[in-house]
Amino acid sequence: MFYKAIFATFLSLFLCHQALASEFKDRVFKAGHPSLQDWVLPEKPEAPSDNLASPERIELGKALFFDPRLSGDGNMSCASCHNPSLGWSDGLPTAKGFKSKVLGRASPTVINTGYNSIQMWDGRKKTLEDQAIGPLESHEEMNTDFSAALASIRGSSEYQKLFAKAYPGEEIDKTTIAKAIANFERTVISRNSRFDRWIQGDKKALTKEEIRGFKLFSNPEKGNCEVCHSAPNFTDNGFHNIGLASFADENPDLGRYAERPLGLMKGAFKTPTIRDITLTAPYFHDGSAETLDDVVDHYVKSGEVKTNLSPNLKELKLSEKEQKAIVAFMKSLTSDSDPVTLPQLPRI
Amino acid sequence: MRQLILGFSLVAFSYSVSAAEHTVGQKNKEFTESSLTIKVGDTVHFRNDDSFFHNVFSLSDAKFFDLGSFPQGESKSVVFDQAGEIEVECAIHPTMKMKITVE
Ligand code: HEC
Ligand code: HEC
Ligand SMILES: [Cu+2]
Repeated sequence: MFYKAIFATFLSLFLCHQALASEFKDRVFKAGHPSLQDWVLPEKPEAPSDNLASPERIELGKALFFDPRLSGDGNMSCASCHNPSLGWSDGLPTAKGFKSKVLGRASPTVINTGYNSIQMWDGRKKTLEDQAIGPLESHEEMNTDFSAALASIRGSSEYQKLFAKAYPGEEIDKTTIAKAIANFERTVISRNSRFDRWIQGDKKALTKEEIRGFKLFSNPEKGNCEVCHSAPNFTDNGFHNIGLASFADENPDLGRYAERPLGLMKGAFKTPTIRDITLTAPYFHDGSAETLDDVVDHYVKSGEVKTNLSPNLKELKLSEKEQKAIVAFMKSLTSDSDPVTLPQLPRI
Repeated sequence: MRQLILGFSLVAFSYSVSAAEHTVGQKNKEFTESSLTIKVGDTVHFRNDDSFFHNVFSLSDAKFFDLGSFPQGESKSVVFDQAGEIEVECAIHPTMKMKITVE
């Protein structure tokens, strides 16, 4: 019994200790402090065991990602909407698809999606492999004629070589196309911002205002942002209705409700990462916020539309100076990434 | 932890009695149990130990329920009246999942 009690005490100490890192009251806002290390992203996103990374797979995936010839009209690639020059998004309020048709939702960035456990605004895809064929097949997006696209890839000796090196012994088909694209996407990473350097101990990496902004961002009694934009990728991979004005439209986008028909999920969308957030305006799934100041204004009002609002949104008491500090903090989350080189596409 | 021990002793205690009570916590965006085996007629209390809201639901055939959302310290209970495998999730945080086997 005595030993059991000691064991239980140890176990609870251990469990409490694990819990420490993620709770505001236990965080110490000093550069490199151990209580902040849950913000460090792994060097690379984890790959599924049947699709581990290799330079050949990444090279092939990059070619496919940038190849407009896969699309029905031969003019649209993944990069049309996930454009590296625009933070791997498109700068539009909501995407423009096949023949420039305006679509219902904004193009999310591809940056750091490899770190997330669920994909799409409504979470209808789990992995990047599951996701990659969707936009090709969609009549509203790339409108690919797959038999024609596969025929031209299979007929290209240069593509044949790339596939043989990347996936020896596997077919050239939708599965290997999806695997290669996913492998490439897992190299689109942001983990070297001034914020990251500060977390790792570089005292000069953040200004005083940005550090104040970080505290406010984390503090449940102040900005209360971290409850959803949580470590390490500033997302809980969860779904929340944050009260956008568009939820009052006649036929509003119900978001996650389409996948999980529970009252709470009506108008709930996935929490996006806010790494590299300065590169991807306008914001929200409907593109309704033009600037980060607009975003913070939205939260200060705790939403425009109050029906079915997430219970995790609170009334915020933030002075103007505090709101500015949160915006300043978000601006420190952009990495100085290496320039993106475009692939010379295989002849087909 | 104490609750957990309490939960266990409750389970042990009421083993001989007809219907048992079990407690499953929600802590650090996880259920405190990844799986639980219970008997038909048993009650499970789902308790939120985090400082923000969680949900509990299941769309399983053997038990279909949605407990809405509730804050820290509150719990809601479900009586499992039919045998089967039941996937329990939090709709807000889909990484929160557990399985209840009702025998
Ligand atoms: C016409 C514009 C368009 C094209 C072309 C397009 N996408 Fe997207 N992409 C979107 C939109 C819009 C969404 C969000 C849709 C939703 O959630 O319902 C999205 C979502 C995604 C996501 C999920 C990101 C997240 O954070 O949830 C990934 C990954 C992605 N696209 C990769 C690709 C790949 C790979 C291709 C090419 C095979 C591609 N996209 C082509 C517009 C586009
Ligand atoms: C209840 C969860 C929750 C809280 C709290 C929360 N967010 Fe969000 N955030 C979300 C969700 C969900 C979205 C996407 C909503 C949509 O588009 O429908 C989002 C979107 C954003 C975006 C836009 C990202 C993009 O790429 O479009 C920014 C920036 C942002 N939040 C910052 C903040 C800040 C700053 C705070 C604190 C003041 C905060 N959030 C609090 C869940 C939350
Ligand atoms: Cu939850």
